[in-house]
Amino acid sequence: MSEHVVPVRVYLAVFAALLVLTAVTAGVATVDLGIWNTPVALGIAVLKAVLVILFFMHVKYSPHLIWIAIGAAFFWLLTFFAGTAADYLSRGYLGTPGS
Amino acid sequence: MSSAAEAHPPAHPALAHHFEDLPAQREASTLGMWLFLVNEIMFFGGMLLAYGIYRELHYPAFVHASHHLDMRLGAINTAVLICSSLTMAMAVHSAAVGRRRAIVVYLLLTIALGSVFLGIKTKEYLDKFEAHLVPGPHFSAEHLHDENGSPLPAGEAREAQIFYSLYFGLTGLHALHMVIGIPILGVVALLAHRGRFGPAYYTPVELTGLYWHFVDIVWIFLFPLLYLIGRHH
Repeated sequence: MSEHVVPVRVYLAVFAALLVLTAVTAGVATVDLGIWNTPVALGIAVLKAVLVILFFMHVKYSPHLIWIAIGAAFFWLLTFFAGTAADYLSRGYLGTPGS
Repeated sequence: MSSAAEAHPPAHPALAHHFEDLPAQREASTLGMWLFLVNEIMFFGGMLLAYGIYRELHYPAFVHASHHLDMRLGAINTAVLICSSLTMAMAVHSAAVGRRRAIVVYLLLTIALGSVFLGIKTKEYLDKFEAHLVPGPHFSAEHLHDENGSPLPAGEAREAQIFYSLYFGLTGLHALHMVIGIPILGVVALLAHRGRFGPAYYTPVELTGLYWHFVDIVWIFLFPLLYLIGRHH
């Protein structure tokens, strides 16, 4: 495993981006975007999580084995969400999305 | 012919005998930590899915119940946790470049910021106790209102209790992770103070960092999902 020392300016840039995105997500929540409020909030949260994982958690500089472990986890999580959502939606418990 | 000492330089005290060298040991430890965190992702994922289903079933009640949460305190706590993630990352960086005193200082700062987060969370929980918003026999929706300031209809008041069950479940588990993380940071800070870590070996600092950043990521999702629903109404 390569000993990669992440420069401090990378940490500071990620830190600034995380604070700005927090302000953006709080600000945009008070604006009516119709059906887009939740997708935008989740999109910003995913972006923040990716920044933390890649840089603070050093995954960008980690061996491929770590990428495979994390990728498999998120793939399974999405399968789990999609399967459950499909079940609820197809039984009509949640109404029709977007209506 | 070189002497035996030159052919086999003394091993680093932290190197376990079944590993070839420190980088191999470190890679195995990092993968092990990630497998633990992957389990944690599933653990929180299941609860977030339950939140998603109930939110779709009872959306108006969830919006009205969520409006009682203090969005400002939630945002401040998000910033506090992000600051603690930076100090944690700086502790790992200090270990990697061999600034031993700085490791201790950054770990102590991380503990301080984590404690500020828990302090603010305590204040928020106290407000919910006082407003009878803790699920159970004493739950009451009298402090909850809709957009026009009218009290909630009976059905919604019942559904608001589901929101607060998920709120206390999710934030409580998150806070428990921090309550566990802070003593771990303390132990790592003590070991760092005793000079155990340097550029050749700092795996405990690195792995504690992974745990702490994971806890930060959980909050990154909890903040918009719990505090920011339907704020535009």
